[in-house]
Amino acid sequence: MAKRIDIGGLNAYYGSHKAIEDISMTVEPRSVTAFIGPSGCGKSTFLRTLNRMHEVTPGGRVEGKVLLDDEDLYGSGVDPVTVRRTVGMVFQRPNPFPTMSIFDNVAAGLRLNGSYRKSELSDIVEKSLKGANLWNEVKDRLNKPGSGLSGGQQQRLCIARAIAVEPDVLLMDEPCSALDPISTLAIEDLIGELKERFTIVIVTHNMQQAARVSDRTAFFNLSAVGKPGRLIEIDETERIFSNPSVQATEDYISGRFG
Amino acid sequence: MTTTTDIQDNRPRISPEPAKGGLSSRALPRWSPIGFAVVAIALGVGISLAAGWHSRIQWGLISALLFLALSYVATTVVENQRQAKDRLATSIVWVCFLVAVVPLASLLWTTIVRGSERLDGYFLTHSMAGVLGPEHSGGVYHALIGTLEQVGIATVIAAPLGLLTAVYLVEYGKGALAKAVTFFVDVMTGIPSIVAGLFILSIMLMAGIEPSGLMGALALTILMIPVVVRSTEEMLKLVPNELREASLALGIPKWRTILKVVLPTAIGGITTGVMLAIARIAGETAPIMLLVFGSQLINGNPFEGAQSSLPFYIYEQYKVGEVASYDRAWAAALVLIAFVMILNLVARGIARWKAPKTGR
Repeated sequence: MAKRIDIGGLNAYYGSHKAIEDISMTVEPRSVTAFIGPSGCGKSTFLRTLNRMHEVTPGGRVEGKVLLDDEDLYGSGVDPVTVRRTVGMVFQRPNPFPTMSIFDNVAAGLRLNGSYRKSELSDIVEKSLKGANLWNEVKDRLNKPGSGLSGGQQQRLCIARAIAVEPDVLLMDEPCSALDPISTLAIEDLIGELKERFTIVIVTHNMQQAARVSDRTAFFNLSAVGKPGRLIEIDETERIFSNPSVQATEDYISGRFG
Repeated sequence: MTTTTDIQDNRPRISPEPAKGGLSSRALPRWSPIGFAVVAIALGVGISLAAGWHSRIQWGLISALLFLALSYVATTVVENQRQAKDRLATSIVWVCFLVAVVPLASLLWTTIVRGSERLDGYFLTHSMAGVLGPEHSGGVYHALIGTLEQVGIATVIAAPLGLLTAVYLVEYGKGALAKAVTFFVDVMTGIPSIVAGLFILSIMLMAGIEPSGLMGALALTILMIPVVVRSTEEMLKLVPNELREASLALGIPKWRTILKVVLPTAIGGITTGVMLAIARIAGETAPIMLLVFGSQLINGNPFEGAQSSLPFYIYEQYKVGEVASYDRAWAAALVLIAFVMILNLVARGIARWKAPKTGR
């Protein structure tokens, strides 16, 4: 069941260095929100605070609130492991588990979190692979190793793995940057289908991709080198790309910097 | 019938005799290194015989130096300085390789030739019970059992301890405790085996424990743990961090990530490390002498009574000094080397079997 995210006054640090400052925004359920901005402005850092992966980095620290349907992910007594079961993530480079078969990869999130019968698992794996548009290509070789697929297929496998646990939100950190245009198109189509079921947040370097895929877009920027990243503007994608309110957004969109 | 003369071939023609310009130069023939080697050996042997030296090592050294000098000079004359230096470097690498490998090959060859004289089924299945030094009988069975049991017990204790220590150091340890553990593990890697033996001996004397296979196994454990920790640490560090992140992002707790994702990915290398550690301790003699006492009889119980072990047996037989005992010592040495070699092959086999597969 897709949920809504409300972020209030979020700061994230690496040790004593502040990476992002005072971010407040809302991510609507069952929609795709894109984060765009120049390199190093903190988009990926911000994304990782949404599923409490930022604190896995040594020295990573977060201040502020992230509310998932009004429940604070950073509240006292909240277990990060539970948060990550609810907010899934797909990474920039496909990373299927090398010692596991395709079936085991998709089932990993389920198997390692509870006990399921083989028949239940088969159904869920099939449903997830179909949801990731990979079923037809791998249904005959489910017990072959996951690392034997092409780059685009591996990334779709990682997406299947992430959606198999039925998260409420799916975070995608530049999912297509390591892929060729055909695979990118396949994944963008997939995102269009997945947004019916999940809330999706996607970080992308590619502005055209953000324009194609997202409903709302958020533009991040640094005020100067070494300063923390900030949220400059967030709005409907069409507005951002045709008539943005802030000059910096206009400059970035039209390629005057970036 | 139409001809195809209407297709013009306007490609520029390359003359069959390309001009020789500033890019080409003379070169020595392909067989020149062998030629130099033959000439150098002939000269070297000739000079040594003339000077009255009879050691093959001296002949070898002189021939090697002559080979290096000859190839450098000839290449400088025929080709140029750079080629000469290149050839010199290649030659030095080859000579060093031979210098390193020839003694090993010689050792192996000698052991096989001397050891196989006495090695047979009888040798492997009988002990030295009731056999006097000069007799051409007796076997290594008691020593084999001793080695297998002592090494086995040491592995059962050291492998899990080493593995868990390495997991702590790589996955969890960040502070002063981790630094202290790393430091002490590094120190332990250099402990001489007799010191480990003395340590266990002092405990035995204070607690009044009798020598037994178990005591030897404990000393071997002390020697084995640092090796396992170090190699496991390196293998765990080789697992890419993105795998850990992928697993954590699925909501899998950290300990389960380590158990089900990190360790299986590294298991090939870890097994190899453990096998190599076993191979190292299989040949330790000093602690066994101190702690296990040695025996001529078969003792299958490592917790009680003196045992023997293969390295100890070799030393024992050497001390006896008879022809028959020398034969037995060589044969036991062959058994020990074969044991280590088999372990090595098994380790490689496991590493290959468990390696992350990339088949389609």
